[in-house]
Amino acid sequence: MTACREPASVLIERLSNGETTSLELTEACLAEITSHDGAVGAFLHVAGDSARQAAESIDRRRAAGEPLGRLAGLPVAVKDVLVTRDQPTTCGSRMLEGWTPPYDAHTVEKLRDADAVLIGKTNMDEFAMGSTTENSAFGPTRTPWQLDCVAGGSSGGSAAAVSAGFAPLAVGSDTGGSIRQPASFCGVVGLKPSYGRVSRYGLVAYASSLDQVGPFARDVAGAAMLLEVLAGHDRRDGTSVDQPVPPYGQQLEKPVDGLRIGICPDHFGDGLDPEVREAVERALDIYRGLGADVQEIELPHSRFAVACYYLVAPSEASSNLARYDGIHYGRRTDDHDGLVEMYSNSRGAAFGTEVKRRIMLGTYALSAGYYDAYYLKAQKVRRLIQQDYSQAFADVDVIASPVAPTPAVRLGQLTDDPLQMYLADAYTISANLAGLPGVSIPAGFSQDGRPIGLQLLANAFTEDRLLRAAAMHERETDWHLATPTFAGDAC
Amino acid sequence: MPSPTTIIGLEVHVQLQTRTKIFCGCANRFNPDEPNVQTCPVCLGLPGALPVMNRRALELSVRAGLALSGTIAGLTKWDRKQYYYPDLPKAYQISQYDLPFCQGGHLDVDVEQENGEIQSRHIRLIRVHLEEDAGKNLHDESGRGGDSRVDLNRAGTPLLEIVSEPDIRSAAEARRYLEEIRLLMVYLGVSDCNMQEGSLRCDANVNLEISNSANESIRTPIVEVKNLNSFRGVEAALVYEISRQQREFEQCGGIYADTAKQTRGWDADRGVTFAQRGKEEASDYRYFPDPDLLPVSFSDEWIEIQRAELCEPPADRRRRFVAELGLSEYDAGVLVDRGRETADYFEAVATACGDAKQAANWVTQDVLRELNEREETIESFPIDAQGLASLLGMITSGDLTTRSGREVFSSLMNNQGGDGSIVERIASIVEERGLSAVADSGALETVIDAVISRNEKAAEDFRGGKDAAIGKLIGEVMREVGGADPNAVRETLISRLRP
Repeated sequence: MTACREPASVLIERLSNGETTSLELTEACLAEITSHDGAVGAFLHVAGDSARQAAESIDRRRAAGEPLGRLAGLPVAVKDVLVTRDQPTTCGSRMLEGWTPPYDAHTVEKLRDADAVLIGKTNMDEFAMGSTTENSAFGPTRTPWQLDCVAGGSSGGSAAAVSAGFAPLAVGSDTGGSIRQPASFCGVVGLKPSYGRVSRYGLVAYASSLDQVGPFARDVAGAAMLLEVLAGHDRRDGTSVDQPVPPYGQQLEKPVDGLRIGICPDHFGDGLDPEVREAVERALDIYRGLGADVQEIELPHSRFAVACYYLVAPSEASSNLARYDGIHYGRRTDDHDGLVEMYSNSRGAAFGTEVKRRIMLGTYALSAGYYDAYYLKAQKVRRLIQQDYSQAFADVDVIASPVAPTPAVRLGQLTDDPLQMYLADAYTISANLAGLPGVSIPAGFSQDGRPIGLQLLANAFTEDRLLRAAAMHERETDWHLATPTFAGDAC
Repeated sequence: MPSPTTIIGLEVHVQLQTRTKIFCGCANRFNPDEPNVQTCPVCLGLPGALPVMNRRALELSVRAGLALSGTIAGLTKWDRKQYYYPDLPKAYQISQYDLPFCQGGHLDVDVEQENGEIQSRHIRLIRVHLEEDAGKNLHDESGRGGDSRVDLNRAGTPLLEIVSEPDIRSAAEARRYLEEIRLLMVYLGVSDCNMQEGSLRCDANVNLEISNSANESIRTPIVEVKNLNSFRGVEAALVYEISRQQREFEQCGGIYADTAKQTRGWDADRGVTFAQRGKEEASDYRYFPDPDLLPVSFSDEWIEIQRAELCEPPADRRRRFVAELGLSEYDAGVLVDRGRETADYFEAVATACGDAKQAANWVTQDVLRELNEREETIESFPIDAQGLASLLGMITSGDLTTRSGREVFSSLMNNQGGDGSIVERIASIVEERGLSAVADSGALETVIDAVISRNEKAAEDFRGGKDAAIGKLIGEVMREVGGADPNAVRETLISRLRP
């Protein structure tokens, strides 16, 4: 097993007691990337030279006894939706191909402050729109467990990078499940924080009221460690909440006393893959065995969540993506006659099909005469969904469910059927609409070896309890210790 | 046929005088010479950048709303107004749609009517909202088809939009309304309202209500005249547009093929309005609440703090100068309209010397003349209010003649009288030139007797009824006695010659 496939907490330990150096670790990750990323497709940009320099500098500082940040020397991969001033940022789109931003996202600054080694930018569905990373303009990402299956999305690159041992930690973003679902498909831990927990400054916006940045790791402790670095108030984001960041990692060993787990019968109905159902039920049994109380709850409006999401998110996206007009940065076509044609031809040429579909959906929903029926109605439904959860969390600490109806799907399986693709988001979307934290943790494998995740949701700003509940399951299982084999053909 | 009624509503844009832009820390400063230097990821609209509301912009906005007698909303929010234009880097403007921070309000404006009478006009407001300004497109004007350029220094400047009801009834009234808004905003310290720099701009909506031959009342299609950036421009464009609409009405007999609102530009050089864009380009702005900015609620307490920061508005001040200080409406207007600092200066002089009318005469004539000649503002005027008040006090008490007072004033303006305070310099100038009024009537009478005896011919002429002859005698006395009061000299001479 290569060094960088160890959990982050173990690596931090080895770095601090001198068993290994950041340069050794970084080289090991780069070597894995060289060997396997041709098949996996996790990275859009590998920052080999600057990563080595950063690693050497941290090693020197460590040798000199200087104080170091909490992630000192640990390679971290960053989803290409966060702007970085020394690495290109494309959002998986031809529109931004070749663009290097003049500034760092708040979360990237936090990583640098923590002395993380930024090893590269990871692949994603174009502008984070998609559930398979097949909407990347630069090719798909495959799950390292089965190379003919997708890594999930939109943060497929970050999930696959951690799973494949290209980096012990990675950062993603989640608008409707884009951290949790690829975590499930790649067999790693992925956490979407409460809305406002992590600053969105420098996160290229898809749907502003739903987007949130969060961690990927091999285990719950790694996710807690990275979340502690990413979270916190930022004056540059008006929706960032000024609340202290608890020491998530410190309490993990402590089980949640009298843990109450809610399950919603609707989540176990038609369309759920039997192997996924089995994995979730097995996880619930584990919790019962630990003394948890599992009870049924009602989320009466959750059946409207997909419809609600696909009005709110595209509406905001149509506005957020209007700035890509070929005037100030990004791609501008030479093929135009006049300003209006320059706009339409540049956007027509540089955006992919799914992005165009969502821009059209959102533009329509916000148009005069339709606004009340669509956007405004969706916002009302959203409030009802939020109320469902507040009521549910009066009785339970976490809500358990599948992450996705199936394990990782084959490449191309859903691309021709956008509606099926949208429906596959049903389990994850509500957390974004309600602003709640959610985590996906490894909970088993299908018979043919594809990972299956368990989703736990908690009340807003109770990530500490959510992580403790997740750690309870992890201590009883060893799914998270399994290593992908890069099986199958990268067709 | 009754004469047409003019219906005008104005949308006035006022750039706020904040140190930084509305959503970022970039300097808010007019700077056309160095394009794109006052920019950052936020006002450039770069991917990932987010807006954060400038607290000072909210304060100034609410003060403006209160001064316009508007109702401050308990809850207000910002919306995205979406359209594509190169000077708008996010392709949406953050503005306010259905919950502006201020609704209603009004402004009373004194307008001189055609018959010369002054009429007070009550112009109601629809709303006031706070938005961001766009950048500026710079087109190649050489005609050689060069590239257009975009300067985003202005992008993100906080901008108030003050929308009036269509209560304005003439071009002159529109101009007065705009002048009064400008004065109020400058008084409040909300804006410098520098029209050359574009910190006060205006769009005018205008149409006419005319009776046709069948005596039916017809409204001409509304025209929005865009980008009026001078007082003269507003008035001239509206005068032109009113007569254009009237001509058009006469030509078509009030039957219009297209009654949709039209947008026209103002060509100041040619003095005409011109059609700008057709309705086929009419936009659907797809307004929706900006998810990056939380709604803002103002507490009553906070609103009262802002109200306490308000100064006396110009209209109230004019009224007070007339009612309490006994000034003419004209003088009150000159002093107040000149700006808050000038009116403050006048009031300080009037209070200190106790003679408001004399203070008004001196400030409106002598002081403003000097300022105009020197092209300076009152803040840099070399004679402070205490100094001028002490000079005027000496005239009122008879220690100095008005003529000598003017001499002292101009000496002060020429930096004479040493290095002391103005009061000390006045004393030294009076001393040096012997300008002190001669109070000792005995001394004056001796001189007068001597002058009469030296000028027998003139004295004889005056005794014989030639009034003009006294002038030579007065002149000679005045030359001998510096600082003599010419009226006293005249009276003494008359009592001697025509007892």
